[in-house]
Parts: sequence; C-alpha cells; structure tokens
Amino acid sequence: MIWGAILSFTDYSVVAPTHNVGLANYRAIGNDPYALLSLKNSFEMTAIYVPFEMGLALLFASMLAKLSRFDGFFRTVFYLPVMTPTVAIGGMYLLMFNGPYGLVDQFLGIFHIPEPYWLTDPNWIKPGIAAMLVWQVGGNTVLYLAAIKNVPQQLYEAAAIDGASAWRRFKDVTLPMISPTLFFTFIILTVYGLQVFDQIYTAFYNPSNAKISSDTSLMYVIYLFQQAFSYLHMGFASAMAWLLFGIIMVITAVQIVVSKRFVYYEGEQTR
Amino acid sequence: MTSISPERAGMPSPDIPPGVLTPPEPRWRRSLPALKQVPFVVLLAGFSVLFIYPFLWLVSASLKSRADVFNNKLIPSHFVFHNYAKIWSVAPFLHWFANSMYISILAAVLVTFASALTAFAFAYFRFPLRNFLFGCVLATMMLPTVVTMIPVYLIWHHIGLSSSQIPLWAPNLFGSAFYIFLQRQFFMGIPRTYFEAARMDGDNYFTMFWRIAVPLAKPALIVTFLFEFKAKWNDLMTPLIYLHGYHQYTVPLGLYNLLGVYSPSAGGQGDYEWLMAGFVLATAPLLIIFAFGQRYFVRGITLQGYKG
Repeated sequence: MIWGAILSFTDYSVVAPTHNVGLANYRAIGNDPYALLSLKNSFEMTAIYVPFEMGLALLFASMLAKLSRFDGFFRTVFYLPVMTPTVAIGGMYLLMFNGPYGLVDQFLGIFHIPEPYWLTDPNWIKPGIAAMLVWQVGGNTVLYLAAIKNVPQQLYEAAAIDGASAWRRFKDVTLPMISPTLFFTFIILTVYGLQVFDQIYTAFYNPSNAKISSDTSLMYVIYLFQQAFSYLHMGFASAMAWLLFGIIMVITAVQIVVSKRFVYYEGEQTR
Repeated sequence: MTSISPERAGMPSPDIPPGVLTPPEPRWRRSLPALKQVPFVVLLAGFSVLFIYPFLWLVSASLKSRADVFNNKLIPSHFVFHNYAKIWSVAPFLHWFANSMYISILAAVLVTFASALTAFAFAYFRFPLRNFLFGCVLATMMLPTVVTMIPVYLIWHHIGLSSSQIPLWAPNLFGSAFYIFLQRQFFMGIPRTYFEAARMDGDNYFTMFWRIAVPLAKPALIVTFLFEFKAKWNDLMTPLIYLHGYHQYTVPLGLYNLLGVYSPSAGGQGDYEWLMAGFVLATAPLLIIFAFGQRYFVRGITLQGYKG
C-alpha cells in the first residue's frame, strides 16, 4: 500500500527500468482527457445509482415490515439477485438491454414507451448501468428491514396517541430512528458506485465489444485497470488509485459533516 | 486516513447491542391486521416479478436453440437440454468449475480460520496498543481495493507467481478486516469464566481457542465462510489480473471470455445458448448454499450495517 504511494511517483512499467518522476503522474491525470472523462462518468453513474437504490430499498423494507406473513418469502426473492455472479449479471444485461431486441425494451414497448438503445445511446448507458446495479437491491432491503424492526414500538404507540398519520409516523419516527443505517449505507453505496467493476466490464468491455463501446461507459476503475494491466502504466495507475482514495475520503468527510444535522444516534447526549 | 476515525466514518463500532448477535426477540407486533396487508402483498408480488423473471428468462434462454435464443419467449419452442451437455465440451468448463471450487473453498476456509485467530487474540488478550492496532485493522476496510491491487500484483510478480492461481487465495492467510471485526464481537460475548475454567483444567491458549472459542462462535465462522465463498466465486477482477492460461481460468473469467468467443462481431457463431447454460451453472452453487445458509446471510448483512 505504501509501496503503491511511492510507485505513483515513478514511471514503473514492470519491464522497463524505473525512474522517479515526482508529481508528473498526477499532472498527467489532469491532462488525460480519458481519466477526467472516466471520473465524470463514475460520478454521474453513482449519482443516479445511490438515491435510486436507497429509495427502493427503503420502500421495500417499509412494506415488508408491515407484513406478518410472506415476509420471509419476499425477502428471499429480493435477495436472490445478490447471490447471482456479477459476470452472469453483466452477460444477461447485454442480452436483456440489447436495444429493441432485448426483453426490457419489448416490455416497455407494450406500454408504447420509447425504446432506448441501452448499450449504445450515451444518454441511456448510465441509467442502464444504475438499473443493473439496483437489481441487487435486496441486500440493502434486508439491512433496512432489520433497522426498522429494531425501532422501539413504544415510539409508534406514543405517536399514534398523539394522532400522527401513517406518513407522519414514517417521517418523524421511522426515518430518524434508522438514520444511522441510512447514513452508513449512503457512504458504503457511494464508495461502491465509484468502484464497481465486474458487471460493467463484462457488459461493455468483453473481448467482443471492447472496440465498439462508447466512452460513456468508461468508468474510472475500468480505465485504471486498463492503464495498469493492459498498458502496464503502473505508476500512472497507482496515482489514479491514490487520487480515488483521496476523493473518497473527501466525499466521506463531507457526507459526515453534512449528515450531522440529519443523523440521530440513540443515547448521543450521554456520550 | 488518520483524520477520520473509523467510527465517525460510518464503520460499525465495536459495541453492538446483544440483539444483533442472537436473533432479536419479537418484542412487539408491528404488522398490520391481516386484511390490510393484502395490498402490500400484491404490490410486493408485483415487484418480485422484477427479481424472479430474469432467472426464468435465463433458464429458458439456456434451453433454446441457437436460432431462438434472442426471441425472449418464456417457454422455448422446443427444449434443447443438449446445451447443458455441450457447455462441458465446447469449453474447458469442468476445469474452470473445479478451479473456482478449489479456490473459493480454500480461500474461504483460510480466511475463516486466519480471521478467527486474529479476532480471538484481539478479544481475549490484553496487550499494549491493542485498541490502536484494532483501529488499524478496521481502517483497512476503508481502503479501496484498487489502491492495494497494484502493489500486491508487483509483490507476486517479484516472487514470480504472478501468473498462477496462488495469488487468488494466499492473501486470505492474513485474514480480512471485516471478518476479524465480526468474529471479535462473537468472541467478546463468550464469558471469560469459561476460559478461566478451561485454564484450570490445563488448557493452553490454543486448546482454549479450539475447544471453547471456535465451537461457541460457530455462527460467525459460518457467516465468514459463506460470505468469502460467494466473494471468491464471483470475483472477476483478480482472475483477470493473474490468470493467463485457458485451463487456469475460473468460471467468471471463462464465461467472460466466452462472451467474446461466441459474439458474431468477434467471428463467433452467436451460440449464446451455451453461454446462458454456463451462467445457470455458475449461479447454481450460490443458490444452493443460499438455500441452506440463508439465515446466516441475513444475519451477516444485518451485522454489517450495525453501528452504535
């Protein structure tokens, strides 16, 4: 790891002799249009993915919490995609989102919704990728469900006595009480979204379509991987990795500062 | 990294309420009356289709002929079970399957016991800088994998093992931060008097670990094993880096390559039905272990999100 930090200041390429190049790698990232583009792509995709995933997981979890029967069944069903290998997801995505021939667009066609070319239209690539990732929403649903079930029942009873509607009980009791979990997943999902590799690499960078793929699907981690292991620009790639680490740290710090206003920790006052 | 303490950074803090490790008691009724549940069941059933249908579609596609594989019909016009026989001969799928199995199982076993030893040390022994060192272990969870990916590769390259299967499982000998954290919680829940009693009976540290700590923390060990098995079984990035011989491949890497082999744009015949059969076979082991270990997965996930 520290070696990686040192490497990022060199032009290490496994085969050629290594030189110390100072900050040149970091400057090179700034001058590399693909590095900047891939960073922008990763951010845009994550910005679509995280709210979508958290919203759906919360919706499913709050519905599941109301059931006394079948909740185990639905939990299993929702969790199945999490158990599917990422390569299979990427490969299925390739066929199911295959423009007008794919299952998804045929389904949308029933309702006469315009059928996007998910794999080639730059406007639809990122939402498509986000949708593919959200298919695995089951993990977060299970997490939120556990959090909701841990909210003490007295709070709901008190709220009901005060005449709070179902929506108010959700907004003013459930949400604050599970806010630590929401906040935790907010950070984890952001970090995950910025780093996701397998599914996108399978769908967009498999040996058959590596050349056709549009630049819109070039995620930061994919570009990093190509730089390191296809072009053997190890120093440059290390610099990219450390830049990502720095970015993640900054984002996390901002999230922590901002969320202080919204996250409620039980027993915080006594600490 | 030091500017942010792990706890503030959203990491689970070590003090977990007892309800998490043992399944929480149903202390109340929060569910709606039976009749009012019906709309929710209907809605959720509607959503379930989104999660189930792709599986049905996949199984169906894997049973179609080459001409039909793109037609999206749920029931194939005629069933081609032959695809499942073909996949073993058109590609060294058996090799890949065996590779994936042995790497995943070995990696999972290693990480389970390495993490357990470390976790036991953190839970039982009192030594200087213990909390600081534990904080360091937790901090590695925040580190993106890409940061360590390159130096780790170079280490293997220097040893001369960078195109073998060893780098896929050997790092697990050192345990893994999340599992160490998870198991430490279990070990700390074991009353110290048990160990004192064992010591009176002449146990040494290792037999104490083996005969008392491990059996009592079995659920945590199973969670670790299952999570790691799944992670290794799915992993594409690491095999992409280290495996170069066709017969060395793991299932994900092999299927990834077949995507290219069968694609018409790369000169293939468009035999996606074999690929689909491969996807089904790749998914099957995970669904089987999920069927047997579902409660451990649920418990592991719940624990993951817990913070005090």
